[in-house]
Amino acid sequence: MTEILALVLIAIGVLFNVSGCIGLVRFPDVYNRIQASTKCVAVGTSFIIVGSVFLIGTIVAILKGLVCIVFILVTSSTAAHALARAAHRSGVPLWSGSIVDKYQEDIKKEAAP
Amino acid sequence: MTFFETAIIVFFVGLLICCALCLHRIARGPSAPDRMVAIDILGTVAVGFIVILMAVTGKAYLLDVALVWAMISFIGTLALAKHLSGKNLND
Repeated sequence: MTEILALVLIAIGVLFNVSGCIGLVRFPDVYNRIQASTKCVAVGTSFIIVGSVFLIGTIVAILKGLVCIVFILVTSSTAAHALARAAHRSGVPLWSGSIVDKYQEDIKKEAAP
Repeated sequence: MTFFETAIIVFFVGLLICCALCLHRIARGPSAPDRMVAIDILGTVAVGFIVILMAVTGKAYLLDVALVWAMISFIGTLALAKHLSGKNLND
């Protein structure tokens, strides 16, 4: 029973990872790619860790798995935020179908007065 | 082959497909942030790989490897982000 539950959790995680990587390939510009892939892969890897730790089942493994999940959630979102900001500042163009660019408006508003 | 082994092989194939898609983006990506986000995703997928390997083989030290990888794999991304936004690495 434990084995089945762990396998289901790992399967959910792998599905999230594959969909995130498909988003990384298919989306049209760098901001969409960051948005799709970072969130999907962080959550998918968290699911994989939960399922694998479930298979091991010792208290040390559970604690280390929790710390690992916290680090993945913190570091991947930090890296994605910094990278999107740097890409916008270095002038990577948005997709031609984008309809709003709030960060550009904020930069203009700061520069105006 | 038992059901468990078949499922684990299917999971490894899924993660290998993830790695192949990331490598495709690293090769094709038109700008530097595209390549860097793909490298970041590749690091996170590698953490998943190591953790599944830990669960299959039962060697608990692999969880430490995954922990350290999750801690330090984003430093390169932050360094490139700082370089792209026009600052030096020491300020």
